[in-house]
Amino acid sequence: MTAVDTETRETGSGASPPASHDEAASGRASKPRGKRRLGPGKAIPFGYLVGPLLLLGIWAWGSAQGWIDPRILSAPWTVAATGWDLWESGRLGPDLLVSARRFALGLTIGVLVGLVLAIASGLSRWGEAIVDGPVQIKRSIPNLALLPLLLLWFGIDERMKIITIVLGVLIPIYIHTHNGLRSIDGRYAELAETLRLSQGAFIGRVVLPGALPGFLLGMRFAVTSSWLSLVVVEQVNATSGIGYMMLLAGTYGQTDIIIVGLVLYALLGLGSDTIVRLIQRRALSWRRTLED
Amino acid sequence: MATHAGGLTATTAAVHIRDLHRSFTDESPVLTGLDLDIEAGEFVALLGRSGSGKSTLLRALAGLDQDAFGTGEITVPHQVSVVFQDSRLLPWQRVLSNVVLGLEGGGAKARGKEALAEVGLAGRERAWPRELSGGEQQRVALARSLVREPELLLADEPFGALDALTRIKMHGLLRALYERHRPAVLLVTHDVDEAIVLADRVLVLDAGKVASEVRIELEGHRDPSDPRFAAIRTELLAALGLAGGVEITQEES
Repeated sequence: MTAVDTETRETGSGASPPASHDEAASGRASKPRGKRRLGPGKAIPFGYLVGPLLLLGIWAWGSAQGWIDPRILSAPWTVAATGWDLWESGRLGPDLLVSARRFALGLTIGVLVGLVLAIASGLSRWGEAIVDGPVQIKRSIPNLALLPLLLLWFGIDERMKIITIVLGVLIPIYIHTHNGLRSIDGRYAELAETLRLSQGAFIGRVVLPGALPGFLLGMRFAVTSSWLSLVVVEQVNATSGIGYMMLLAGTYGQTDIIIVGLVLYALLGLGSDTIVRLIQRRALSWRRTLED
Repeated sequence: MATHAGGLTATTAAVHIRDLHRSFTDESPVLTGLDLDIEAGEFVALLGRSGSGKSTLLRALAGLDQDAFGTGEITVPHQVSVVFQDSRLLPWQRVLSNVVLGLEGGGAKARGKEALAEVGLAGRERAWPRELSGGEQQRVALARSLVREPELLLADEPFGALDALTRIKMHGLLRALYERHRPAVLLVTHDVDEAIVLADRVLVLDAGKVASEVRIELEGHRDPSDPRFAAIRTELLAALGLAGGVEITQEES
């Protein structure tokens, strides 16, 4: 690492006047430099929390100074107190559980469907011919626009909610897995042929691991998309869930409860994204990228 | 199309090619009626200028020429291994998994470890490919090809991307592995000295055919400073269309 760095630097500074060249080379090459000259540099511990905390800080500061009207946006502590009250009184728990269940079920089914479609379309020309078009069409139709139709088809029960989430989730999974799969170096397929790998071993050892970076990127979109779809379905014809709680609060002008719902969505979204990123870091430890 | 028959003739001849034609475009065919036999356990090196069809021939033998068209008769053994110029290790599999990739059965892991030990990489089983040097990666590729006990080893400029010192070490390793496992070998190379050091027979490919062939009969350690070595080199360079020998080799390598 350091050796390469030093070399690059010396060649680079070769263009500058000779006097400063000697100085620069001996001065800098003597000890390893802590960070790469190009690229984002070393990871900041818990760096992903900085942005959200900054946002929270501005919110708290604005409320304390009285710049934010509590009727428009309740102060963070009011929201926290309301959240605690809701939890204590047992109103929040069941709603949260229902939402979490919808999220998990929709995400799981959506990921599986997206994955199967991506593999079918990625590995076979016929699969692509059949699958790719409809997925691209669905991609350009927002879930919100499909909702009336889904309501007519599946009614207002859980099934319709899960299907809506699944439809939102499978798109990013499909797009990114398919892309990752098609970007696998063709030379590996050649290798697989010379090793006489079976179709199953080829998929298990070459295709899926090779498409994993793409899949995990799709997973990050899918997780967020799952929460977004959840918000939509819970504000249409629902009788439980965080979205329903917010809708109800809206009719009574309870800003603080609405914010509690929003904060919950945000926390859950951030939390699940963090989990996916941790998995990403683990599963892709074979790579060396600017991320490391 | 060529036929890839099983190892019926493997006991006498490992490779049998008659009248092989291959081309990628209509205007300029790459192989034009090539004949070649490789005995079982024979080490053959293939030299030729860029575009002479060395790689096309090797890919035809490996069954990797779906994108080419042509005719001819090819017989290769059942068990063929290929070593590419790049090590072609799967970056997402650890070293041992790369070696035993596609092998089934309980003994696979143990055989893979043995093969890694043979190429001097015992203890690196759990390393990721990116943690290895270029030479080490190529040794893993060798282990991966040898663990399958090939009757024919096809090597497409396997040391072309390595530095000169590593290349010399790899020559010794490949020759030692060859002595132990005795596959038939077809080594495609652009390095005349490499061909003379390693092979029993050196072929020069030109205009899609085997233009000349030289049997290397140097006993014991093959030393490039040996006058007989130099004579063979001059002969081969002449066959490659280069007169003057040594100076040009240095320029080339």
